[in-house]
Amino acid sequence: MRLATPHKASPVRAEQIILFRASSQVFAISSTSVQEVRSVDSLAGAAVEVNEAALPKVRHALRRGDRYLFVINAPLHFGLRPTPAALIFLLRKSRIALLVDGIEKMTTMTRLQALPGAFCHEERAWYRGLTVLDQNVIPVVNPSGFLTSEELSLLDAVTSRQSLPEVTGAARPELTL
Amino acid sequence: MNLTDQLDSCSCVLLRLGERRFALAANQVAELAAPSRIFRFSHKTPEIDGVILRRGRVVPVCDIAEKLVGKKLSHRRFYLIATRRHPQGLDWIALPVSGECELIQTDLTPASPSDSPHVFAWLSYQGEVIEVLNLYALTPGADPHFTTVPPASLPEVHA
Repeated sequence: MRLATPHKASPVRAEQIILFRASSQVFAISSTSVQEVRSVDSLAGAAVEVNEAALPKVRHALRRGDRYLFVINAPLHFGLRPTPAALIFLLRKSRIALLVDGIEKMTTMTRLQALPGAFCHEERAWYRGLTVLDQNVIPVVNPSGFLTSEELSLLDAVTSRQSLPEVTGAARPELTL
Repeated sequence: MNLTDQLDSCSCVLLRLGERRFALAANQVAELAAPSRIFRFSHKTPEIDGVILRRGRVVPVCDIAEKLVGKKLSHRRFYLIATRRHPQGLDWIALPVSGECELIQTDLTPASPSDSPHVFAWLSYQGEVIEVLNLYALTPGADPHFTTVPPASLPEVHA
C-alpha cells in the first residue's frame, strides 16, 4: 500500500508591517520601506524650514550626505488635523521622512486587498491597498505616494537656495530596520 | 448583451430610500445585508462613507440617498450590496437602504435623453412609476456610460 503524498500547503506570503498613528488614525507601512525610526527631538537643529505655499505638508528638510530628505507631515498629507509628531520615519531608498504621532505595533499581514475602484481620488496614490487585522480595516501606505516627481523638483528648487546642516549619525535612531 | 437589449422584461430589486422607492436591475445585486460596523480611513472621495467587511471582502459604502432624495439616510436598515462590472472584472459597493427590498419581474421603459443620467429606465409597479437606477452614474469610480451587465440571473436576496 502506498501512502498518499502529503498535500503541501502553499506558503502564505507574509509581510512585516509597522502600524503607526497619525492624527488618531492608524495606518500601516511595510517595514522594508522604513530605514530608520527616530525621535523628532533627535533632529532638533538639523531640520531647516521649507516655505513652499503649494506644499503645506512639507515644512522641513534634512540634509543627509549629498541628498536632501523632505519631511512630510503625515496628518496633513492624509488630509487630517495636524497633531504633535513624536517620531520620524526615514524611508528606505527615498527622499521622504515621515512625521507620525507614534507606533502602534509591528506585525505581519498576509493579505493585501486592492483599494476598491469606488475610491477614485488622491487616495489611489496614497495607498497600496487595504489589509484586515483583528477585524479592523487598515490602509497600507504607498511609500512612493507622498510626493510626485513635480513636487520633488519644486522642493529641490526651494532647498537649493538654502544651505542645510547635515544630519549626522551622532543622534542614535530609535530603531534601525 | 447589454441592459437595453433586456428591457422587455427584467428582474429588478425595489429599494427604499426614505419615502421613495427606486429599482436596480437584479443582476447588479449580490445580496441584502444587515448593517455592520463601518470602518473609516482617510480618503478624498466624498461619496464614500467608509467600508464594511463582507465575506472577507472590503466593500465601500456609498449613500446614494443624498443624490436621489436630497439628504443622507438617517436610518440605515440594510446594505444592498451591488456589483459593478468593469472590463477588468467586478467590484462591489454597499448602498444603504431604509427598508425591505423586493424582487420583482416587470417590463421596463427605456430612459429618454432628457432623463437624468442616473435613470437607466422606468418601471411601473403597484400604480407607482419608479426609476431604475444607473449605478454607474450614481457611484464614484465607474464609467457612467458603461452599463454592460452579465446575462440576467436571479440573485439570492436575503437579510
